[in-house]
Amino acid sequence: MYAQMVDTGAKKLRSLEEMPPEERAFQQRVDAEVKIEPKDWMPEAYRKTLIRQISQHAHSEIVGMLPEGNWITRAPSLKRKAILMAKVQDEAGHGLYLYAAAETLGVSRDQLVAELHSGKAKYSSIFNYPTLTWADIGAIGWLVDGAAIMNQIPLCRCSYGPYSRAMIRVCKEESFHQRQGFDIMLTLCRGTPEQKAMAQDALDRWWWPSLMMFGPPDAESVHSAQSAQWKIKILSNDELRQRFIDQTVPQADYLGIKMPDPLLKWNEASGHYDFGPIDWDELYNVVKGNGPCNRDRLRTRVRAWEEGAWVRDAALAYAEKRAARAATQPAAAMRR
Amino acid sequence: MNEWPLWEIFIRSQHGLAHKHVGSLHAPDAEMAIKNARDVYTRRNEGVSIWVVKSSEITATAPSEKQALFEPANSKVYRHPTFFPMPEEVKHI
Amino acid sequence: MTSDRLLFDYLLRLADSDLVLAQRLGEWVGHGPVLEEDIALTNIGLDLLGQARLWFAYASEVEARFAGAGRSEDALAFLRDSGGFRNLLLVEQPNGDYAVTMARQFYFDVWHKLLLAALTGSRDARIAEVAAKAQKEVAYHVERSADWVIRLGDGTAESHARMQTAVDDLWTYTGEMFASDEADDVLAGEGIASDLSALAAPWRATVESVLTEATLAVPTSLFMQRGGRRGVHTEHLGHMLTTMQHLQRSYPGAQW
Repeated sequence: MYAQMVDTGAKKLRSLEEMPPEERAFQQRVDAEVKIEPKDWMPEAYRKTLIRQISQHAHSEIVGMLPEGNWITRAPSLKRKAILMAKVQDEAGHGLYLYAAAETLGVSRDQLVAELHSGKAKYSSIFNYPTLTWADIGAIGWLVDGAAIMNQIPLCRCSYGPYSRAMIRVCKEESFHQRQGFDIMLTLCRGTPEQKAMAQDALDRWWWPSLMMFGPPDAESVHSAQSAQWKIKILSNDELRQRFIDQTVPQADYLGIKMPDPLLKWNEASGHYDFGPIDWDELYNVVKGNGPCNRDRLRTRVRAWEEGAWVRDAALAYAEKRAARAATQPAAAMRR
Repeated sequence: MNEWPLWEIFIRSQHGLAHKHVGSLHAPDAEMAIKNARDVYTRRNEGVSIWVVKSSEITATAPSEKQALFEPANSKVYRHPTFFPMPEEVKHI
Repeated sequence: MTSDRLLFDYLLRLADSDLVLAQRLGEWVGHGPVLEEDIALTNIGLDLLGQARLWFAYASEVEARFAGAGRSEDALAFLRDSGGFRNLLLVEQPNGDYAVTMARQFYFDVWHKLLLAALTGSRDARIAEVAAKAQKEVAYHVERSADWVIRLGDGTAESHARMQTAVDDLWTYTGEMFASDEADDVLAGEGIASDLSALAAPWRATVESVLTEATLAVPTSLFMQRGGRRGVHTEHLGHMLTTMQHLQRSYPGAQW
């Protein structure tokens, strides 16, 4: 999900016998589910892939604050406003935990942010869609957070210690996110005809992009096999996507709204829902930068960063001045 | 780049016995690191006592050292309570 | 006006200032200068929003005593026009840059802390209770905003200039915090509200001390803007309410 366009650098999977000794020892630890920690030996490709995957996950949290933050000032009740602020704040925190995990791999947060701003690093495609109504906030919590949870829970078992611990922390806080989204949808679906129509309209616009969140079909996911061997990708795209659909359709039935897919149908034989074809051109375009909000999202983040430079610089300057004062006048510095 | 340094955060919760490492964050100095830690890592009133240490100030063992530092204890297996099975009838031991 | 009407109005003043400032802080989400600040500002916004809701809850009960029924927190927040709002002019001022936001926050926090401390001694048990709870949060708010005023004032030449402009520009909205009207006087006389003018000297002392440490000049202008508690606001409030109230007004009667 966050590994969109992450090149593992591996051409083909190798068996233990084909690996040099250090790498074999590393792979055996991974196979035995012993965590890899920051100072442990690891293949350079593993390190690079992880940096890219974790940082893209972090970028997704940060950029993800924008479509939802868009409705904080317009939340239709004080309770919803408070809940939405708390949710978006959680996302900032998740971004922070993930940047911290990435930093254990020898890269700084500022470097990662620079890669986001230059367009070199990606973030989850879903956040390039606009939030046009209050119902979109419900749809995002219900569908997007639902998909994210589906992806994140298995990652709690991933091979890299700091990433897995960050995921555990994130998952603890995440369950309320999906529930708050579903609760919004439920309130709308039980409300006035306009509110119910608003909910249906949001589902119409967010369903397919949510399915695309899980990434391209397995057959086209060149790097998945290596990531799976390294245990930084636990379940396949198609598997996660199918689970998500199976879990979500009954929820929509309960709400009384329908997914915009005429081919969506329960298949008794397979025990799963069949579904219609996904427009992969749309996903590739969005990932390439042509989604409805890509330019705006990036501009907003770049602007916040650039306009905040004087603040960050001032804080550093003050810290340095104070340290210098403490060095020359210890008594005065202790007053504060 | 004029980057804020990285700090490691340790929190001892209300009924906890020791400070636990909870993660890291960026801040221009220790005082701000503590304030930020309160906002980031105790948003749900999880902690009471906060320690912050600049990441660059931490010295850690290297993985290859694991053998030398911990081997002696591993070989003295009688130090582990499970080495001495107790009769079932004996309680509180 | 009966005492209950005065009390109702007084509670709206407390609630509205908290709500309007929370709304302003909510505008920063996703746009802060650094991730840690985004989180911190949102925390403060959430605290203030929570306090507003406590004041609205009590206001609603008080309104019921003289009007038969009390309006819900949402009816009060989303269905009054700007003339009905009772917040300080200070908190409706736009966010501007981080210096403006911190100066606004600092001026408000110092007053807010003093006010809540006084209100913990209110003869009205409910006011005392809410104030006691809020006090814990606000003690932290003022620590943070004072810290930023100092860091930006005594940071770089640019941050110093921006901070000086900010403290100068917002100064004219600070006098309102210590001016009382009939409602304040009656309620203070009954031991329910606090004497606002008594807060002026300690406020000034703290503000001067922090501004001095921040290497900033203390503003000297004496002319103060007023009108918040009469519902006479600056042009900014109308726009803010348009945004905030849009959904409730577009879908009257709907539950959210």
